[in-house]
Amino acid sequence: MEPPTPRVRVVLGDVSRARIRPARARAELEEQSPVGAALARGLVRAQLSVAVRLAAVVAVGLGGLPLLFAAAPAVAHARLFGVSLPWLLLGVVAYPFLYLIGAVYVHLAERNEQEFVALVEDRGQHPPT
Amino acid sequence: MISYSVTAVVLVTLATVAIGIYGLRFARTTSDFLVASRMVSPTWNAAAISGEYLSAASFLGVAGLVLKHGVDLLWYPVGFAAGYLALLLFVAAPLRRSGAFTLPDFCEVRLRSKRLRKLATAFVMFIGWLYLVPQLQGAGLTLQTVTGAPYALGALLVGVVVTLNVALGGMRSITFVQAFQYWLKLTALAVPLVFLLLQWQHDGRPDLTAPDGPRFTAATTVQIDHETVLRVAESTEVVARGTVDGAAQAGALLLTPGEHTAAEGTVLDFPDAAAVPRVSAVSADSPAEWLLPGGTSQELFATYSLILATFLGTMGLPHVLVRFYTNPDGAAARRTTLVVLGLVGVFYLTPTLYGVLGRVYTPQLLMTGNTDAVVLLLPSAVVGGGVTGRLLSALVAAGAFAAFLSASSGLLTSVAGVLSTDVLGHGSVRDFRRSALVAGVVPLLLALLVSSLDVSQVVGLAFAVAASSFCPLLVLGIWWRGLTAIGAAAGIVVGGGAAASAVLMTVLGGPLSGWAGVLTTQPAAWSVPLAFLVMILVSLLTRHRLPSGVGAIMLRLHAPDALRM
Repeated sequence: MEPPTPRVRVVLGDVSRARIRPARARAELEEQSPVGAALARGLVRAQLSVAVRLAAVVAVGLGGLPLLFAAAPAVAHARLFGVSLPWLLLGVVAYPFLYLIGAVYVHLAERNEQEFVALVEDRGQHPPT
Repeated sequence: MISYSVTAVVLVTLATVAIGIYGLRFARTTSDFLVASRMVSPTWNAAAISGEYLSAASFLGVAGLVLKHGVDLLWYPVGFAAGYLALLLFVAAPLRRSGAFTLPDFCEVRLRSKRLRKLATAFVMFIGWLYLVPQLQGAGLTLQTVTGAPYALGALLVGVVVTLNVALGGMRSITFVQAFQYWLKLTALAVPLVFLLLQWQHDGRPDLTAPDGPRFTAATTVQIDHETVLRVAESTEVVARGTVDGAAQAGALLLTPGEHTAAEGTVLDFPDAAAVPRVSAVSADSPAEWLLPGGTSQELFATYSLILATFLGTMGLPHVLVRFYTNPDGAAARRTTLVVLGLVGVFYLTPTLYGVLGRVYTPQLLMTGNTDAVVLLLPSAVVGGGVTGRLLSALVAAGAFAAFLSASSGLLTSVAGVLSTDVLGHGSVRDFRRSALVAGVVPLLLALLVSSLDVSQVVGLAFAVAASSFCPLLVLGIWWRGLTAIGAAAGIVVGGGAAASAVLMTVLGGPLSGWAGVLTTQPAAWSVPLAFLVMILVSLLTRHRLPSGVGAIMLRLHAPDALRM
């Protein structure tokens, strides 16, 4: 295991620069103050962008196949390990591919949430009240 | 074969009922009854979700469609699995945090509209019933195939068992039942498959993708149930009893290349290695079209429609969403969905192989059109009628029954759930029981009236309606502050309504031909974008009607569970 790399806040950068005090950040969120609303919007945007990017990977990687087969019949006729390539891709490869994308999503989404929690609760310095 | 399979079917049914009764001991309050009080562990829950999801369409229908139409139909299983990815990416965690138990609940939580709630209830019932009918049909077909019992008996058996089980046990018992059914279904396809592949290897690995189409691998008797036009590619010497080309036959007959009409009730004996005649009413595909992906614009449109319907429809299926409430929090919902994606993906590796092997070992199904039965018939056709073959057939029949029982239980629970809270009562245990009876009788009657549709096709239509109504509602509701109740209702009515009309035209009137046929049998490619568009435009026009406190709701949907917002 390599030592944990320091966290880089990319998406929520604007908000973190505002240096909200932790105990207040929570209240800001709950009261929907301008700062709290900006925090919440930042989180939603970060989560949506992860989801949309991964969906785009699937749309191109899997959704592009019918067009590819139609545009390049040579691909559709190809054989790999004695099996017709389209059968192999759709019958077998598609499933681990989908699972992999799902696993990446869970990882990224949870990381976004941890960053958000760290931002709001200022982990490790003040115990939450 | 008969006695083993009957025993297996009876055992599965009894086990389902027994587990249901065991679960009943825990069902005390309405909350226990409906959502198992959220104490279900994630592994059980993931297996239960998968068990509930893998229905007749997955167990029988996919292999049948692959046998009939080939590679283009592999998008069905891929889409059935990918639907969980879409659910994971856009819906799982926020939906759980919303606290909504059903789709109508979500409408009320997110958009504060009772009217929208009623509309959603109507669509939940339509989709639920549309999805229940093919389960009961599959049950009828299975019992008919393995025992020769009348079609109605299997449908009645599953309909009645499931209705009573749901009415008495509720969801707590269902969770145990469903998890058990997933493993049973996987075993029931995977174990026989090992034997099938070994036998195929032993037979010298006959070409699965023969360029001139399938051939009989043994002398085969084909019974023609409906008048059928056979397209014969090479001269074939058969023994015919009945009427061929208008002339009575009772002995040897040479079928010359060209078209021949066999009348209802005709029996044809084909010799070993004869080419299987093509029957255009079953599948118009030539061997090359079966093997290779379709490239015409109509085929591409149909493929993309199917992709949209299955990828986006899963999240809108009522019985899928209910399960998410049994996760303790949003992060658990996400992890559960990932496990489901894995479990479902493993399962879908198997039916494709059944369809492909069926082309070699049970090609007569391509003449009779009874392709949904390929999974049931393949073990005895390949391994033979000995004890092994019988045991494998019994295992497959048991798995098939598990599929009907579990999928219909889940569907019925969710339809009964919305019926009892929104239409027939106020959600008490008694209301739920009454609603379960109503919810079970309607699809049972429908299944007894229609028996000729492809199992997977009807399920595909249910997906199309879900993708055109609830998918935009959930995705926009979770990610876009600007959604209004009026916008949501307009989108559901226009998009879902259009898809539902296309479905009704296909189911009641029979498929049209040409582009009109493609547009109505696979409506998703136009109805889903239409639903999104209408929902967004109408929401923008009614911006002044935004529900109050959208910010707080969005925070509740998206704030990490650790913050307990």
